[in-house]
Amino acid sequence: MSTTKNNIFQPSTPPLGAGGPQFPADTLDLVHQIIKRYPEGKQKSALLPILHLAQAEWRWVSPEVMDYVASLLNIKPIEVYEVATFYTMFHLEPVGEHVIEYCRTGPCCVMGGVDVYSHIKNKLGINTGETTADGKFTLKQVECLAACGWGPVFAIREKFYMNLTNEKVDEIIEGLSK
Amino acid sequence: MKILTEHILVPGIETIDVFKQKGGYQAVEKALKKMTPDEVTDEVKKSGIRGRGGAGFPMGMKWSFLAKPEGVPRYLVCNADESEPGTFKDHYLMWKSPHTLIEGMIVSSYALGANTSYIYVRGELMYVIHILEKAIQEAYAKGYLGKNIMGSGYDLDLFVQPGGGAYICGEETALLESLEGKRGNPRNKPPFPAVKGLWQCPTVVNNVETISAVSWIINNGGEEYAKIGIGKSTGTKLISSSGQLNKPGVYEIPMGITVEDFIFADEWCGGMKSGYKLKACVAGGSSVPILPAELLLTTAAGEKRLMTYESLSDGGFATGTMMGSGGFIVMDQTTCIVQNTLTFAKFYHHESCGQCSPCREGTGWMDKVIHRIEHGKGNANDVDLLLDVAKKIEGNTICPLGDAAAWPVAAAIRHFRDEFEWHIQQPEKATQPGAVFMRAGASWSN
Ligand SMILES: Cc1cc2nc3c(=O)[nH]c(=O)nc-3n(C[C@H](O)[C@H](O)[C@H](O)COP(=O)(O)O)c2cc1C
Ligand code: SF4
Ligand code: FES
Repeated sequence: MSTTKNNIFQPSTPPLGAGGPQFPADTLDLVHQIIKRYPEGKQKSALLPILHLAQAEWRWVSPEVMDYVASLLNIKPIEVYEVATFYTMFHLEPVGEHVIEYCRTGPCCVMGGVDVYSHIKNKLGINTGETTADGKFTLKQVECLAACGWGPVFAIREKFYMNLTNEKVDEIIEGLSK
Repeated sequence: MKILTEHILVPGIETIDVFKQKGGYQAVEKALKKMTPDEVTDEVKKSGIRGRGGAGFPMGMKWSFLAKPEGVPRYLVCNADESEPGTFKDHYLMWKSPHTLIEGMIVSSYALGANTSYIYVRGELMYVIHILEKAIQEAYAKGYLGKNIMGSGYDLDLFVQPGGGAYICGEETALLESLEGKRGNPRNKPPFPAVKGLWQCPTVVNNVETISAVSWIINNGGEEYAKIGIGKSTGTKLISSSGQLNKPGVYEIPMGITVEDFIFADEWCGGMKSGYKLKACVAGGSSVPILPAELLLTTAAGEKRLMTYESLSDGGFATGTMMGSGGFIVMDQTTCIVQNTLTFAKFYHHESCGQCSPCREGTGWMDKVIHRIEHGKGNANDVDLLLDVAKKIEGNTICPLGDAAAWPVAAAIRHFRDEFEWHIQQPEKATQPGAVFMRAGASWSN
């Protein structure tokens, strides 16, 4: 697989819809429920939960999506931008279908992470921060995922893959490539 | 003696029915029906339990600082941000037995007079958030949450809040900022959260493990809890162990076992994997000083080191370390201390919120300097430069992340200076793949 920087994936990115992004009705219901978790007037607290919903919907959070989130919470767009840029989980650029986030911190390295992670790069033919040419995988390195004793570890969306070996990595990647 | 994890491997323990069969929710019944909030707080005080999030502050004392102005809501916020490298105990507990935390949240919220409480979980653990939310729904359905719980007249709503991937949000005031939907910048203290916390209301922030222990304390009494452990280290502690151990994982230990037993006894980590020798250990999460094997197992005074707050810190930073969050990272003879310290330096550099110049700039410097040493490009005075930068960060920042970044670097140099110097003096050897310095006559060498 040849390598590319993240910029050609608009075609595979779920479409925002005409007239800008809009959550499906059931997600909108959830948004309104989440806002009710906080006292009157403190709806800004719903920002992180809703950014997670947005990323699940559109895979990354574009400026249009952030503006939409601001409108849902009745806050200024800048209040969303400054938060989305602070927290590392939010992708501010298009990403591949599966974002592999591997833990690069000390304990995982002591657990054998260094070899496993270079195997992932070889297997995908990309470096950290890149996306495969078919748009299937993006590789990101992250800090400790609170799974150190079960390391090496990576997460893909909500799923944790632990006690990784080269063989397990092959299986996981081949499974997701189908 | 197990308090938090006794039933953790029982199939179905994540469901409220199985959890109740194993004695779950008795503490809620007892506290709400038979005890006043102050009586609950008194038991917690008697237990002597100290905060398990890292700082070890007595829980009962923290609760007693909570301001109670008339007509102002109070909040309990559980810190489940768990991001300190080496620490994964809260993850384990919430994943396997979510009701343990929820029961503790209900009893603790009752004691504090909070009618709305939040569990702030790091966002990467979204699957654990779903587990908790499902368990919370079960607790509502059984009448342990909501209005007029079990006819007691006490109301409580409990919500889970996801983080967004930022270690600094484990710091309690950054966590509160984050819960308000902002960047996780720590606040200046005072005012402390007990007076002005979430939305400027009085707030208690406690760790998952601390809150989870409250149910047992209520069921059995604070005095019973205090009988476990030694001195001011009462109760049990969850230790997250990682490294080339036979059985890395989360263990609930009675405080006071020896460090040696924890590593080598079959009951706990079961010793080093064949071919690996104990070289060093970071005993309480990445922020605490690293110790070489000999000082880890035995204090400078020649006594066996114990798994207690006091024994781990015996000798101060010169020859001791800290309990911290209980993240027990074991390093073997194939671990390069410089490389490991570099991963920590990168971590703190990445995680600094950037508000204070000594932390923002200092963590960047340390990362850069260790990076060049590790890659064979170090200068003769780099080691002293690192010590100088570490010293300038320490004590000069808004929150303790600055200290947490400085200590591991200073300690690695304190105990492994020769390893840093070897990288500088023999760069061609040190940059060979897998090359690790061997100290002549070192106890970890073959
Ligand atoms: C940089 C930093 C990160 C922290 N991370 C955590 C964490 O992930 N979990 C936690 O419980 N406490 C963490 N703490 C400690 C909290 O500030 C706070 O002391 C703790 O949550 C209080 O709970 P406890 O008294 O029950 O330990 C952190 C502190 C600092 C300075
Ligand atoms: S010490 Fe570092 S993390 Fe803490 S407030 Fe200052 S810059 Fe932010
Ligand atoms: S260091 Fe990788 S999960 Fe903690």
